[in-house]
Amino acid sequence: MAQSNQKIMAYRRENGRVGVRNHVVILPVDDISNAACEAVGNNIKGTMALPHSYGRLQFGEDLELHFRTMIGTGANPNVAAVVVIGIEPGWTQKIADGIAETGKPVAAYSIEQNGDLNTICAASRKAKEFVHWATELQREECDLSELWVSTKCGESDTTTGLSSCPTVGNMYDKLLPSGLYGCFGETSEITGAEHLCKARAANPEAGDKFMKLFQAYQDDVIEPFKTSDLSDSQPTKGNIEGGLTTIEEKALGNLEKIGRTSTYIDALEPAEAPAKGPGLYYMDTSSAAAECVTLMAAAGYVVHTFPTGQGNVVGNPIVPVIKITGNPRTVRTMSEHVDVDVTGVLRRDMTIDQAGDALIEMIRRTANGRNTAAEALGHREFVMTKLYRSA
Amino acid sequence: MSIPQLLVHDRKDNVGVVVVEGLTAGTEMLCVVTEDNSDFKLTAKADVPIGHKVAVDDLTEGDTIVKYGEDIGRMVAGVEKGGHVHVHNLKTKRW
Repeated sequence: MAQSNQKIMAYRRENGRVGVRNHVVILPVDDISNAACEAVGNNIKGTMALPHSYGRLQFGEDLELHFRTMIGTGANPNVAAVVVIGIEPGWTQKIADGIAETGKPVAAYSIEQNGDLNTICAASRKAKEFVHWATELQREECDLSELWVSTKCGESDTTTGLSSCPTVGNMYDKLLPSGLYGCFGETSEITGAEHLCKARAANPEAGDKFMKLFQAYQDDVIEPFKTSDLSDSQPTKGNIEGGLTTIEEKALGNLEKIGRTSTYIDALEPAEAPAKGPGLYYMDTSSAAAECVTLMAAAGYVVHTFPTGQGNVVGNPIVPVIKITGNPRTVRTMSEHVDVDVTGVLRRDMTIDQAGDALIEMIRRTANGRNTAAEALGHREFVMTKLYRSA
Repeated sequence: MSIPQLLVHDRKDNVGVVVVEGLTAGTEMLCVVTEDNSDFKLTAKADVPIGHKVAVDDLTEGDTIVKYGEDIGRMVAGVEKGGHVHVHNLKTKRW
């Protein structure tokens, strides 16, 4: 099947990137600007505020990650235009300038010396202009292979390693050679399969970079903070309910998402945009669903594929999250969360090749505008990753 | 082919995964190795929930458990062929 030649109708952004949604985002620089952003989001229909918990007194690498996540989220091709609101003008302008490099419309407002009310008034007028402009943008024909498609699984069980994760892997094996950008991560969930992950690097530099990030996580986070063998967190209670027993078992299922032939060309910091051209990238992320999807969206990925066993319900405000499951109990009890049903793989009446094709078809439809289950159900989890305590 | 009750990833594995709901002790399971589509029969020795593992061989304390053809941990208690393998008798070798 000539999957890679498929066309989609999508938004061609000013910088040439392809977006599949057309959001006007009201972006708070910091926690105390959430209220003003939510007020603007409420005033102007067709906009979306992205409240979050951080942005004050961060420093060093943690502050860099904050800026990277803010700028990357605004710069994502699924976003048409952005209103940035912060408590003071310095960091607010820095984030607005970073987003503006894409060429998209951005406006910055700060609250000190204006107060919430004047800020909300001015920002609402600008947001209304942006909505009029964005809603007249037309979708145009683009190649499916121009998409950036990330992956992360959640509430995994033994069925994910048998069905939904290899479904994603099959999709990557078919689409990456045609120019797709891919991304996988979940550093803690590679524990027990790190030797296999290292071996899937396209070059020694990428493999060494991965091992360095993996080891840093073990040394800097697990060793100083662990109180037990992590058996209550990795695997999670949901994983255990679903039959996963050890982290090694979970990791081997997780790695099924990169297929049989795909190799990664670079290992990225959290929210770092890939810079070595089309192909698969590893990203150093938490395995918590909302944090991981938020980081991959901030790196520029526009569609997320999410295998689940027990039924993780996560979504993202700017990126459609496609849920794939092979667990018949999950389909029976919570089918409203499922976009791609691959239970046939367990019954042996669907092959992984057919499941991969079904996922590619759902990516195509989602890119064309079909709302995912998570979008229809209002899941907009936007969760920033924080590396350490603020000053 | 009829619907299998147990799937095994790799011929080297000593556990398989229950892929149907409501499996009861005494059921003669159709087991399929996904690697090569070969199959065999095995009698379940316990009621095992969907997604949970069943021993394909007799296992004793200290045995390494192999799934996907890889080491996923060690037994901390024995279990007979057809019995339930999970957190009560299998532990990680990490952390």
